[in-house]
Amino acid sequence: MSDAGAKPAVGTAASAVPDEVRVSIGQIFLEFFIIGATSFGGVVPYLRGSLVTKRQWIDDKEFVEMLSISQSLPGLNATNMAILVGEKLRGALGSIVAIVGICLPGAVLMYVVGMFYRIHGDHVWVTAALKGVAAAAVGLILSTVVGLSEKSLEGKFDFVFMALTVIAVNRLHLGVPRTLVVVGILAILFHRPSKKQKEDAAS
Amino acid sequence: MNQIPALVRVFAYLSILTVGGGMAAFPEMKVLTVDVHKWLTFPQLIHLYSVGQMAPGPNMMMIVAIGQWAGGFLGALAVLIAFFGPTALLAFIVARMWKKLEKWPWRTSIQEGLAPVSIGLLLAGCFTMARGAISGVETAAIAVGVLLILLRYKVNPALLVLGGAVIGVISFMPSR
Repeated sequence: MSDAGAKPAVGTAASAVPDEVRVSIGQIFLEFFIIGATSFGGVVPYLRGSLVTKRQWIDDKEFVEMLSISQSLPGLNATNMAILVGEKLRGALGSIVAIVGICLPGAVLMYVVGMFYRIHGDHVWVTAALKGVAAAAVGLILSTVVGLSEKSLEGKFDFVFMALTVIAVNRLHLGVPRTLVVVGILAILFHRPSKKQKEDAAS
Repeated sequence: MNQIPALVRVFAYLSILTVGGGMAAFPEMKVLTVDVHKWLTFPQLIHLYSVGQMAPGPNMMMIVAIGQWAGGFLGALAVLIAFFGPTALLAFIVARMWKKLEKWPWRTSIQEGLAPVSIGLLLAGCFTMARGAISGVETAAIAVGVLLILLRYKVNPALLVLGGAVIGVISFMPSR
C-alpha cells in the first residue's frame, strides 16, 4: 500500500482530516483524456473547470499555485499541469496517465491532419484557407502576448527585458538558448531577493 | 534513411527551450526542422502550427505531423516522447521538491525574472512566424482583426482561427 499523500512531516494535521476520496488511475486518465479532447482554444480554463469545479480534486488556491509553477518551468502549461496534478493525486503513475490522457486526442487528430495535409496541402482551396488560418494564428499569439504582459509585467524594466529578448532572437540571431541564459540571468538578478526576504526565509 | 535519432535529438532539444510556452521554441524549430534537416518547408511549418491551434489539447501537437512525415508512425511516437519527456520529468522533480523550495527567496526572483523573458520569447516566435504568414494587406488585416476581437470580446480563439480559414478561402481563391 503506498501512501503518497501522507508525508511524515505533516503528521498530526493529516490524521485530523477525514481521508480524502482516493482517485483511481483510471479516473485520472479519463478526466485528462476528456480535457484533451474538448479543450478547443486553450487548455487552462478547461483544466480549472474540470479539476477544481467539477471533480474538486484540487482547490482554487492550489490550482493557481500549480499554474504559476507550470509557467516558470520549460514545457507547455497543459502538460506541466497534468504532471503536477497527476503527481499530487497518485504519484508517478498519476503523472504518466494524466500527460498521456491530455496529449492523446490532439496527437491522434494531428497525425490524421498531417497525413491529409501531405496529400491535399497543395489544392488551391486548402492553400487559400491555410493562408487565412496562419494570419489568424499570428493575431492569436499577439493577443496572448498582450494578455500576459498586462498580467505579469511590472515596471518599465520588465518591458526592457522583454524587448531585449526579442532583439536578441530576431535581430542579433543569438538563438533561443543563449538568449534565455543571458537575458534570463540578467532579469533574475534584477529581481533578486531583497535583504528582508532573505531574513524572512532564514527565520 | 532512418530519421528517428535526428528527430529525437531535435525535439528533445526544442523541449527544454519551451519556457513560457511552445512558441518560445518556434524560431529554433524553424532553423532545425526546415533549414537543417529539411523535413518540411517553412510555409508547411507555419500551416501545421496554425492548424494545430484549432486542435484541442496542448497546442504543440503539430509536432506529431512532422514526426510522421519524417519517420512514419515510429517517427511520430519518437517526437512525442522526445518533446514531452524531458520537461515532464523536470516538472515531476519540481513537484516533488516544491514544498522545500517554498521558502527559498530566489524562487520568486526566478518567477519574476523569467516572466518578461518568456513573453519576449513568445513575441520573438510570433515575429518569426509572421515573416512567413503575413504577406500583404489581407493577411495583415486578418491578424489585426483577430487581435482586436480577442482583446475586446470573450470569444473562443479556435473559432477565430476557423474564421481565418473561411476568410482565406474567400480572399485568396484564384478566380477562374
